[in-house]
Amino acid sequence: MPAPRSLRIDPLGDAALLVELGRRVDTALNTRALALAAALRKRRDVREAVPGYASVTVYYDPEQVTYRGLVGAIERLADARPPAAPPGRLHRIPVVYDGPDLESAASELGLSVETLVRLHSEPTYRCFMIGFVPGWAYLGPLPEALRLPRRRVPRTHVPPGSVAVAGAQTGVYPLPTPGGWHLLGKTSLRLFLPQSDPPSLLRTGDRVKFFAVHADGGPS
Amino acid sequence: MFTTIQDLGRPGRRAAGVPPGGAMDRFALVAGNRLVGNPEGTAALECSLSGPTLVALRSCLVAVTGADFGLTLNGVPAPDWTGIFLTEGDRLAFRGGRRRGARVYVAVAGGLEAERWLGSAATYLLVGRGGVHGRTLHAGDELGMAGPMPRPAVAGRCLPVGLRPAYAQEPELAATAGPHARLLSPASRRAFFQERWTVSRDADRMGYRLEGETLQIKGEELISFGLTMGCVQVPPAGQPIVLMADHQTAGGYPVVAGVARSALPLAAQLLPGDHLCFREVTVETAQAEWRRQRAALDDLR
Repeated sequence: MPAPRSLRIDPLGDAALLVELGRRVDTALNTRALALAAALRKRRDVREAVPGYASVTVYYDPEQVTYRGLVGAIERLADARPPAAPPGRLHRIPVVYDGPDLESAASELGLSVETLVRLHSEPTYRCFMIGFVPGWAYLGPLPEALRLPRRRVPRTHVPPGSVAVAGAQTGVYPLPTPGGWHLLGKTSLRLFLPQSDPPSLLRTGDRVKFFAVHADGGPS
Repeated sequence: MFTTIQDLGRPGRRAAGVPPGGAMDRFALVAGNRLVGNPEGTAALECSLSGPTLVALRSCLVAVTGADFGLTLNGVPAPDWTGIFLTEGDRLAFRGGRRRGARVYVAVAGGLEAERWLGSAATYLLVGRGGVHGRTLHAGDELGMAGPMPRPAVAGRCLPVGLRPAYAQEPELAATAGPHARLLSPASRRAFFQERWTVSRDADRMGYRLEGETLQIKGEELISFGLTMGCVQVPPAGQPIVLMADHQTAGGYPVVAGVARSALPLAAQLLPGDHLCFREVTVETAQAEWRRQRAALDDLR
């Protein structure tokens, strides 16, 4: 069977390559990316294989395999049907919904704050990818009713624990960094765990459910 | 002074969002270590922009590689890329005035004592881990040696000029075309590989924003994927960014090129205001250039 039409493999310099399985935010594509990354990690000539939304970035050892040879092997692996994936670990994350952008986001979306909070804490989100900075998890998909473009002017400092949305995504800032997402609230849960290995609470494929709490920690 | 402890970084944690980090100029780090008889990934100092003044508290063998900041030993010019024996009280300094390059490496036989995080002593400033409390060095810091010299100290070992990378203020960086080069307009694709680029003031261990021709790229933002050092991203405004050692591990901007490993040391030695251009190569050519560069280091074993 020929490789799926949408498969693209291109070099990222001379010791890494990018496998793109598709261009959509889609659980089935993400599951295939996870399975392909897991299969590639078993190869001696692959140093790291990092799943993205619908891609795998492969860091390889050019002393053990040629680029062409590895591309051929990946095309064969990508053809294989991925094994049935077990459901990811489920994390329940407490959120105090008192973020600086809560009201402006609600009014921009034409929702009451209560509805916004209910819609944000209702779904079980999938962790599509970990990256950008240590512990950052790209969670989604966000309900259509909550989708906003990024803030026009990003903040230069977003405190860690901030729970935020942008486009079809939601996430929790693990570190104090600049950021352009809309801040809806905060969590006391730490997503970057420097004492652990790996140092990220979430992994690609995990599931996340937010629930509202009062600032004193009790249920909302 | 912007000096940190670096080694060859912490691979294997990208899936948790942790970049490998480590020395920007890996050739200079490895060469320094080889000149003093260390394993190639031993922790050493990376000194950016200007060098510190270092006073030996006990005798040791050191080698200074990378940029040329005008190395002196007790006030007298001293050779870089050469093993130098220091005795207690000796003072290594840099006359200042940048002469060539941006980063100097100081390797010490036996290695520097440093905090390790996830298998590496590399200082990662964003999370404050590795090296000396995850920070840049301050005046007055005392650095210990990690262990005894690995073999009898031999001063005077030297890497000849011809075997070092061709550092320049306007280097040509070999690069493979990236996955999204096809999203550039034909004129912008030509311009990317032909025009001269300037390193902007927005340049640090995470990456360099370049200034030059505004590239026309089909607007769509991609869904995020994993990145590596040397990736050249093009945000919608059309000014490219070269990712360096402490780069973000994922992003959604189109990647139009990947700088070859053999050219990364040249990129590591650039400062704001310096120029560069990209030379398109195949993966196979880039790998052959890397092997040639590495062969110079193998002579030092």
